[in-house]
Amino acid sequence: MIFTNLRRHRVRTVIGAAGIALGVATMLSVVGLLGGAVKMFERILRSDAEMVVFEKNVSDLFFSNVPVTLVEELHAQPFVKEARPVLFAIISSPDRPIITCFGIQASDGRLRKGEWLKGNANLFADGGRGVVLGERAADFVKIQEDGMVELGQERYPVAGIVRMENGFENGGVFMPLATSQESFHKEGVCSVVTVALAAGHESAEVKHWMAEHHPRLTALENEEFSRSYSQFKIMKTTAWVVGGCAFLLGGLSVTNTMILSVFGRIKELAIARVCGFSKGQIARMIFGESLLVSTIGTFAGWALSALGLQLLRALPQLQGYIEPRIGWMEIAGAMGLAALTALGGAMYPAWYASNLKPAQALRFE
Amino acid sequence: METQVMVSDVWKSFDNGRIEVLKGVSLMVPNGEIVALCGTSGCGKSTLLNVISGLEEVDRGDVSVGGYDVVRESTRVDLLRHHIGYVFQFHHLMPDLTLEENCMVPVIAAGGNRAHALERLAELAEATGVAHRLKQRVRELSGGERQRGALVRSLMNDPELLLCDEPTGALDEKNREKVFELLIELVRSRGRTLVMATHDLELARRCDRMIKMRDGRMEGEIH
Repeated sequence: MIFTNLRRHRVRTVIGAAGIALGVATMLSVVGLLGGAVKMFERILRSDAEMVVFEKNVSDLFFSNVPVTLVEELHAQPFVKEARPVLFAIISSPDRPIITCFGIQASDGRLRKGEWLKGNANLFADGGRGVVLGERAADFVKIQEDGMVELGQERYPVAGIVRMENGFENGGVFMPLATSQESFHKEGVCSVVTVALAAGHESAEVKHWMAEHHPRLTALENEEFSRSYSQFKIMKTTAWVVGGCAFLLGGLSVTNTMILSVFGRIKELAIARVCGFSKGQIARMIFGESLLVSTIGTFAGWALSALGLQLLRALPQLQGYIEPRIGWMEIAGAMGLAALTALGGAMYPAWYASNLKPAQALRFE
Repeated sequence: METQVMVSDVWKSFDNGRIEVLKGVSLMVPNGEIVALCGTSGCGKSTLLNVISGLEEVDRGDVSVGGYDVVRESTRVDLLRHHIGYVFQFHHLMPDLTLEENCMVPVIAAGGNRAHALERLAELAEATGVAHRLKQRVRELSGGERQRGALVRSLMNDPELLLCDEPTGALDEKNREKVFELLIELVRSRGRTLVMATHDLELARRCDRMIKMRDGRMEGEIH
């Protein structure tokens, strides 16, 4: 009966499913985009490390101040294989007001992962002032004829141009740590220290040591950091709220469709009662129709969002900046919400349909 | 002979008691009898049928079918599924469905066996002359075919009691005769009970008993 009813009212079914599809597509797209952005940012932090050390209770890592001396202290610990300081900052050029700047040590592995388009890793030295531009940054930062580039109040020699997989890094500037500390008046400090654990050791050892020796700082595993970092939390919450609002609209569309569906076949429902359908069977039929509409909408929305994200991924302007990804959790969440929306949207129509008085309904014109 | 329908001193009104439709109606129909309820429009025939089937609740009085009280909701649903078949003046088939799909609605409601139901449908459709129209949508059928289809639907769960509200009222003379003959034959051959509301005295006289109603009351009966 459920399939038959939906087949009989194709336009109504399509409209109802479209409402859910748009809700699902919006939710998955927003969650996918922001989730992808978060993942990209996580990768910048992570590099080859398992843990991140930063200042407690800062709203943003740009405001975190970790003494660089910590790096040496950590290296002296048996549970640490490697510790690397990174200074995050924002710098401007004459044509571009905001460029992400990464202050790193020359030995930091991340530059070696890139594809060198000009220069080489050896030109990036701890004592020098030479900066390395990401490929996209090199597009919008004007390199002067003498091979210098103007960043902030200073001019720096360009040591190389590197193509990075990560969009934030590809659009950023790498500066020797000491130079960046001087440029941003952060002498002796960095934003984070990434920590790679020695074989056979646990992250708990680092946490314990940090709590004992540097209570002002905190050490988190990458996974913990993603969960607890307030910026990520805000982004993820925003994504789900926007998606939830889209679902509310989808839910109204389902309610509207189901109300129309019930009002449009009052006599049929009455006949179904006369033929022996119980109130429960009628209600189940309406809920079933709503769930089926929602299921169709969910799959259509999934396909729509996958296609949309694929198109975004192909846009050169966005390449590397976001890595749209729809995980199974997001899909399960969207499906769950779609099912809830369908059930919520069908409540009144189902109640109305199951409480119809058949004899009165048959007199209904 | 066992009693199929028992109606005792039933009162029914509409519009908060302002319109009294049944005023102390009593009726007893034994198993296997074919009864016609006659009277002019508004005399309460259809309401009485609705009361017997449980589609309308009574203000006062008792109604039982096959020994079961129809006042309780669960009993009502069970009776409509397994015990009562209903045919209306207008076929009330779903126009976008095929005749076969329409006829399967009572089977779905009762959770019946599909294969068994299809066999029964074939038999009933053959008997009523609509076998060749089962796969057609209702909108493609003639008035007579639709009403015969409605008759088939009402008999799908092999009910003990058939209630018909002006079953030939919307048909032309030729189809009226055909459908009526068919109805009587199907009911008699299966030993079922029929209560039929009609204002057609000619058809009513051909039933086992004709009960005249007037202004919500039983006026008399002719055997």
